[in-house]
Amino acid sequence: MPATFDQKIHETLADANLQLAIYTATGRLMDHRKHAVEPAALPDYQELRTNAHAIKQHAIDHLDHYLEQFEANVTAHGGKVVYAKDATEAADFVLALAKQHGARLIVKSKSMTTEEIDLNERLAHHDLEPVETDLGEYILQLAHQRPYHIVAPALHMTRYDVADIFARRLGVPNETVIEKQTMTARAVLRQKFLAADIGISGANFLVADSGAVVVVENEGNARLTTSAPAVHIAIAGIEKVIPRAQDLAVFLKLLARSATGQALTVYTSFLSGPRRAGEIDGPEEFYVVLLDNGRSRLLADREKRQSLYCIRCGACLNHCPVYRKIGGHSFPWIYSGPIGAIITPQFLGVMREPGLPFASSLCGACAEVCPVKIDIPKVLLELRAEVKKAEEREGKGRVERLAFKLWAWVMCHPRMYEMAAMAARSLAPADNSGWMRRVPALMDLPPVRAWLSQRDLPPAPPRSFREMWRKR
Amino acid sequence: MPKRVALFVTCIVDQLFPKVGMAMAEVLERLGYQVDFPEDQTCCGQPAFNTGYRPEARQVARHFLKVFRDAEYIVVPSGSCTSMIVHHFEDLFHNDSDGVAAARTLAPRVFEFSRFLLEVAGADDVGARLDEVVTYHDSCHALREFGIQDGPRRLLAHVRGLELREMDAATECCGFGGTFSVKFPEVSGGMARTKIDSIVRTGARTVVAVDCSCLMQIQGAMSRAGLPLATMHLAEVLASR
Amino acid sequence: MSREHVLHKVRTALGRTAGQAIAEPPPARLRIPVVDVETRIASLLRNVEALAGKTRRVATREDARAYVSGVLDSKSAVASNAPFLRECGITELPGVRSGLTDAHELRVHCATAGLGITSADYALADTGTLVMLASADEARLISLLPPVHIAVVPAERVLTSLDELFTVVPHPDARTSSMVLITGPSRTADIEQILVRGVHGPGEIHVVVVG
Repeated sequence: MPATFDQKIHETLADANLQLAIYTATGRLMDHRKHAVEPAALPDYQELRTNAHAIKQHAIDHLDHYLEQFEANVTAHGGKVVYAKDATEAADFVLALAKQHGARLIVKSKSMTTEEIDLNERLAHHDLEPVETDLGEYILQLAHQRPYHIVAPALHMTRYDVADIFARRLGVPNETVIEKQTMTARAVLRQKFLAADIGISGANFLVADSGAVVVVENEGNARLTTSAPAVHIAIAGIEKVIPRAQDLAVFLKLLARSATGQALTVYTSFLSGPRRAGEIDGPEEFYVVLLDNGRSRLLADREKRQSLYCIRCGACLNHCPVYRKIGGHSFPWIYSGPIGAIITPQFLGVMREPGLPFASSLCGACAEVCPVKIDIPKVLLELRAEVKKAEEREGKGRVERLAFKLWAWVMCHPRMYEMAAMAARSLAPADNSGWMRRVPALMDLPPVRAWLSQRDLPPAPPRSFREMWRKR
Repeated sequence: MPKRVALFVTCIVDQLFPKVGMAMAEVLERLGYQVDFPEDQTCCGQPAFNTGYRPEARQVARHFLKVFRDAEYIVVPSGSCTSMIVHHFEDLFHNDSDGVAAARTLAPRVFEFSRFLLEVAGADDVGARLDEVVTYHDSCHALREFGIQDGPRRLLAHVRGLELREMDAATECCGFGGTFSVKFPEVSGGMARTKIDSIVRTGARTVVAVDCSCLMQIQGAMSRAGLPLATMHLAEVLASR
Repeated sequence: MSREHVLHKVRTALGRTAGQAIAEPPPARLRIPVVDVETRIASLLRNVEALAGKTRRVATREDARAYVSGVLDSKSAVASNAPFLRECGITELPGVRSGLTDAHELRVHCATAGLGITSADYALADTGTLVMLASADEARLISLLPPVHIAVVPAERVLTSLDELFTVVPHPDARTSSMVLITGPSRTADIEQILVRGVHGPGEIHVVVVG
């Protein structure tokens, strides 16, 4: 039986080392971002956010137009666009192309979209060898684990974990010095880059007026993935389209600063088509797989459509006090943190993990740092309403629904409210000068018990405000 | 002729922290306002809205609109309740044009307490005195939905005898979040404990905030941890003499 | 594949019809700061150094050659076919292989060379960025495979910012299949957030501004 959401949360909270790792890593990323976007560093920050939101809104609202423009330009540059309605179609395309080329070794740069569609599993099943080349993703691949965080995938691992994984899977001596571990990976992966038949990347942006795929990274593995093999396939969600190359002047200023606090990542590649006549190196074939996989369904909802504006910076994860406690692996899908909490129910259905939209205090820290101004708390509230409607349809949660119906009736009838409140106060222990650790049996309801599991309850005052007011 | 304000004390203050309501009234009267308490008030509907029960929240919101329809100013000792009324009532009534109109007419008249003092009453010194070392917790809704951050600190700065020590992570959520506190108690409790660590590091003896739900969460966790620290709503601090 | 299927679903979701006109996009936002050449260059070098890159400002091409020679220090190198490198005499330095036009040959040399030497099409002052467009003059792998990368850039190619780049080059795709912005040496912090340089790309970079 796979662990439930609550179980995974509990396990993560109980692991003191993991708590420290998550807290420290996210704290550092928050700090870096703060220094990169403060007025002295980026005076236009708020204006850029507004612009970015407006551009995304426009692109998404006219997505069909921009997809077609993108496709025309990719084609004009000698590339090919493939539309994949779901994970199977995307993987089928890669498999067919690999077969056509007699390809076996595939290098991959970091792409959440390819994890979303379980591409590696599918490729490996057909005797292809997909190798993750981003250091964090490579380690995870060897360890058969999912990423922990959108931008820092191996955030939960220590150098000792990495030493064990490398020793076990690569047959190298147990080495705990991080720089040496990195050099080991470098040496192994260098051979893969140079021998690979196909390179698969994601795309941070798809530029409609240029037919270009934009990939940002710090290591150089994406450049190698997209330059060394003869074939480059970029797989990206349809929502990644932006109208113009010039719009990158807005997005690139926000992405790295929001993600890691860098002004720009070390490498930003703007790739349009296979190598041109006269160019010396680069792929001979260039494909872009435009993945739907449920995105078109999200588009239909005007209020929640903004969930597709995400540029995957990870800032919402870093600032979320809930993520900082429960970590990335508690989430049911590949996308974690606040953005994961709003897109997972929309992609997989609200009843896949009905608790997910409720695993938030709605503090709004995410919305405050989102470079494209997605109103995450608003979408969470909408999803909560959808969960309750779905529960009603499925005949679940009857007791809670009834309780709230009763509650609403009482709250609309002031005299009933006063009587109910007085009755509740009379249940409280008589001698109650201090905060309470326990309650009498009559008050022992699940929400009260849940509250008391973590903190004390306030004593009931002898008189309510309105009673005091009347006696003034 | 003194101006009139209507108090919306909120259900949590009414039932659990009535002194906060009394303190709020006292400060407003000190500033020359005539304070009304429309007796039919109950709740803003946030618990139902927060939990996904929009029809139920709508019913309660309608009742609220009726009770406060004629009030010129409505003062609220809570950022989250003010946010519910000012930002979310419209969401509840999106198919009901009368409801939307009523919500829109009401919204500009509803003020969180500290904002009322500073922006309407124009007062940052209310003649308060409290010999105490305090720290201030930025309640999320007040902070992020209304930009309430400098305001309470300005008001506290004028309280004679008061020393304010800033905690690191003052703007981090205390972990209450309404139903979140009981649906995900372990996470909520963890967030409260992180907040308390921050509080303890200041050496302050009292935590001040503009929202009783935050104070209930923080005080409840401090009590459980056996810490001899107290909480006070901003209104209570300002009412002190 | 599913072209019509996906586009149809998108249009239906948006309430749009095939070929329907679009509203005007928000105007492109490009703000070019006014900065004189000297300040620009100083800013570029400062920003490269802040990222642990090495920099040198030289007056003449000979000085550029001398600097590169010093860094070379009898190691092997691959130089791009950028005319400017030839003008500086850098392609004549001992141990430097240039004039490569065959992809396979280039790859073999880049994989074993100790240094890659290129020019750059532009440099961006406010972020310490080199802009490399792939062409007959500049291959992709030279600035990528060897562990050290030296870029020798004429002063007039130093721009202020990204905004200026996208004003001067609004359509990179019209010129090249690959435009790469290089900002500092390759790095990762994937393990315990500890910074390590030179993961896949060069761990050491030098930016020489000439003139």
